[in-house]
Amino acid sequence: MAIIERPSSTPAVAGAGTAAPAVVTPSEAYGVFKRPVSSTGWRSWLFTVDHKKLGIMYGVAAMVFFLIGGLEALLIRAQLAGPEGTVLSADQYNQMFTMHATTMVFLFVMPMAAAFANYFVPLQIGARDVAFPRINAFGFWCFLFGGIFLNTSWFLGGGADGGWFMYQPNANALFSPSHGIDFWGLGLQITGIASLTGAINLIVTVLNMRAPGMKMMKMPIFTWMVLVVQFLLLFAIPVITVALFLLMFQREFGATFFDVSAGADPLLWQHLFWIFGHPEVYILVLPSFGIISEVLPVFSRKPLFGYRFVVFSGAAIGFLGWGVWAHHMFASGLGPVSVAVFSVATMLIAIPTGVKIFNWTLTMWGGKLQYTVAMLFAIGLVVQFTIGGLSGVTHAVAPSDTQQTDTYYIVAHFHYTIFGGAVLGLFAGFYYWWPKMFGKMLSERLGKWNFWVMVIGMNMTFGPMHIIGLQGQPRRMMNWTEARAGEGFFNLGFWNLVASIGSFILAVGVFLFIVNVWITTRKGAKAPLDPWDARSLEWMTASPPKEHNFDSIPTVHALDEFFHRKYEENHETGEVTKVSSAEEILAEMEANGDKHIHLPSPSYWPILLALGLPIMAYGLIYNLLLTVIGGVVVMLSMFGWALEPSVADDSDYDPPADNGGATKELATLG
Amino acid sequence: MADIAVHAPDTGDHGHDDHGGHDDHGAHHTSTGLSNNKMAMWMFLGSECLLFGGLISTYMLYRGRHSENLGPDQIYDIPFTSVSSFVLLMSSLTMVLAVSAAAQDDDRNTNLWLTVTALLGATFVGGQVYEFTSFYQEGLGFTTSLFSSSFYTLTGFHGVHVTVGVIMLLATVGMVRRNRIPGQKSEVVELVGLYWHFVDIVWIIIFTLVYLIPS
Repeated sequence: MAIIERPSSTPAVAGAGTAAPAVVTPSEAYGVFKRPVSSTGWRSWLFTVDHKKLGIMYGVAAMVFFLIGGLEALLIRAQLAGPEGTVLSADQYNQMFTMHATTMVFLFVMPMAAAFANYFVPLQIGARDVAFPRINAFGFWCFLFGGIFLNTSWFLGGGADGGWFMYQPNANALFSPSHGIDFWGLGLQITGIASLTGAINLIVTVLNMRAPGMKMMKMPIFTWMVLVVQFLLLFAIPVITVALFLLMFQREFGATFFDVSAGADPLLWQHLFWIFGHPEVYILVLPSFGIISEVLPVFSRKPLFGYRFVVFSGAAIGFLGWGVWAHHMFASGLGPVSVAVFSVATMLIAIPTGVKIFNWTLTMWGGKLQYTVAMLFAIGLVVQFTIGGLSGVTHAVAPSDTQQTDTYYIVAHFHYTIFGGAVLGLFAGFYYWWPKMFGKMLSERLGKWNFWVMVIGMNMTFGPMHIIGLQGQPRRMMNWTEARAGEGFFNLGFWNLVASIGSFILAVGVFLFIVNVWITTRKGAKAPLDPWDARSLEWMTASPPKEHNFDSIPTVHALDEFFHRKYEENHETGEVTKVSSAEEILAEMEANGDKHIHLPSPSYWPILLALGLPIMAYGLIYNLLLTVIGGVVVMLSMFGWALEPSVADDSDYDPPADNGGATKELATLG
Repeated sequence: MADIAVHAPDTGDHGHDDHGGHDDHGAHHTSTGLSNNKMAMWMFLGSECLLFGGLISTYMLYRGRHSENLGPDQIYDIPFTSVSSFVLLMSSLTMVLAVSAAAQDDDRNTNLWLTVTALLGATFVGGQVYEFTSFYQEGLGFTTSLFSSSFYTLTGFHGVHVTVGVIMLLATVGMVRRNRIPGQKSEVVELVGLYWHFVDIVWIIIFTLVYLIPS
């Protein structure tokens, strides 16, 4: 991004190539480096601080990790398709399920939600960027480098193999001598920095940078849910940070925090992990709840039913989410009082979740439903998540839960909530916002195939796991035997095979999405400005949005501002008539465009600072000298960053810009 | 994580509001009236509470798990630590003076008090290094017992926070002197001050729980 100075005499035309924009190149050195101000090529992505570019990069990287995690899942299902599977060794199997979960949770769902949050929160609140654009870039690079660091363990002695919860003392060096768990701990520490900085950034953005008139209760619901999630992250990440530090001190420096033989209490790990881990599941699912709360009203042609209830139940989930962590530990012998308290608290949390389900249903009730692909995915979420929610209530009942602990029933439950909840919601987001992000429509026809194959695949994969689990097949076992498979309808072998076939169907569904993207990117139709007749502010921009998002910052009068600008209600007859089109609204904003728009400039420091972290982490595993080198990189980058103004000097441009903004040529830099 | 603390002051939203066309009315033009930088610092400190919460819980769980003669009651030198705690608490006073001087745009006194604060902080860290060394010589290594591991982890994390604070203070002095502070100078000093007071408050809790309460 860069400065965009607009002369008052020349109204800028949206995305039109009327006058070839002057591409500006760096000229004078700033400090050690020339400031990166180039507008094209790989540099414009590598050093960008634009929330939209960062959002897209988050999305692409998360998608790649999704495919890696999916591949790991397919290997697991191939192993379990028949009795005495031989696809993977026991050791490889342990690594596979650990890395599958870690990848899906930390490297796919969280960053994909971050992709949407980054891209759409500033647009939805009528801002030109986030509050701290460089920290935003830093967060992305931390996530990417942390994820890559984590996955390099495959080539350096094997991945982590203690399960994504990494229970102690099983994760001690004694039982897991490879470096896998070291990579896991340090990698998550780095991605944790991404989450923490992102949380602070988005909270400040939402609270402080709303367009005039946008009160908290006029914010789009997706922004609300993102806000709740950022508060969860803000307070959950430091807890896992402590746990990971203790783990690191234990594995690298010989401390005995979780070593039972040294008198330690391994439950400490479980508590720390789940105090983070339970809010984490809401961190995964609430962004998707936000997405479908945008999608359902648009395609039901009705406002969201009970907006306030959806907001407050989201916040209630956020609060209650902190008081239920020990339901992951019912089998660990906490004592009857704790178990009873956490059991009741867990049942309570079903209430706000149920409220949301009712709100979504009543939003659709009596509406003129349009079954677009985004809508199908949103309805899919409501249905599938409800199934997962119901099995969740059965876990809240402690006696029942102790039966289910460590069986496939649990696996069935959380896949219905995380895949059926979070992932279907993210796909709804892809189809809904794709035209906004890329200016092209995804194919609806292929999209419907995408949806149905995925939903059939997921039910075939995770549905039978209820049966398998109640029959007693334990999780995390690398094989099952014919002799113990049982008979008739409850034969484990049959249902394992169904689940494995289902997982490959699911993979085909995901593949269809990639195909859809591929085809429409190459020859998709140009998207209309407002293809869905949408309701919120992000649609009140060009598609894709200009670098500065809005020509003039809108003043907000109502929830669903964009809808209210397009439609007017006749108070006598109650009829709603269209008074304005998206094109007209945009043209008016352009005509009244702000004369001077300064955007923060690109910077080398975020990526450089983030690069220092995995170097330090490799050093902790292999050679402390590397840690020192990484530390020097981090220190220098911090000082470089602190001394760099957020907007580039005029002298960074070639030819040097003069200060008379009004006479400056229109320069498009991004 | 401390990086936020270092950059927060300068990553302000020049341009978003200052030049946004619509909102050209004065210094406070965020939706809440609180500046972005300050709100971010408060959020960060809120998050830090949970970090120290986790570490303190770990220590409280393990403080009784040690060998006969190397426990909290035998090893702590309470008079010495009381003195270094007093030094750290006084640094909060000098920090306030620095913030006050910065608010009056008095560069000379700002730098004076920032430097004094940094020196007091460094004295505290020096005291901690001395304390750790003497404990080590008495036989209490990092891996000696659960008590020692959790003690060194908790107080070590706090020491690192103070050290980062000292670096921030000295960096601020350098930037004020060379007039290289982007944005509002008094706010930058105030942000460093917020961080510094937080670290002090955490020490009050640690000192009480770790040193003063008998095991």
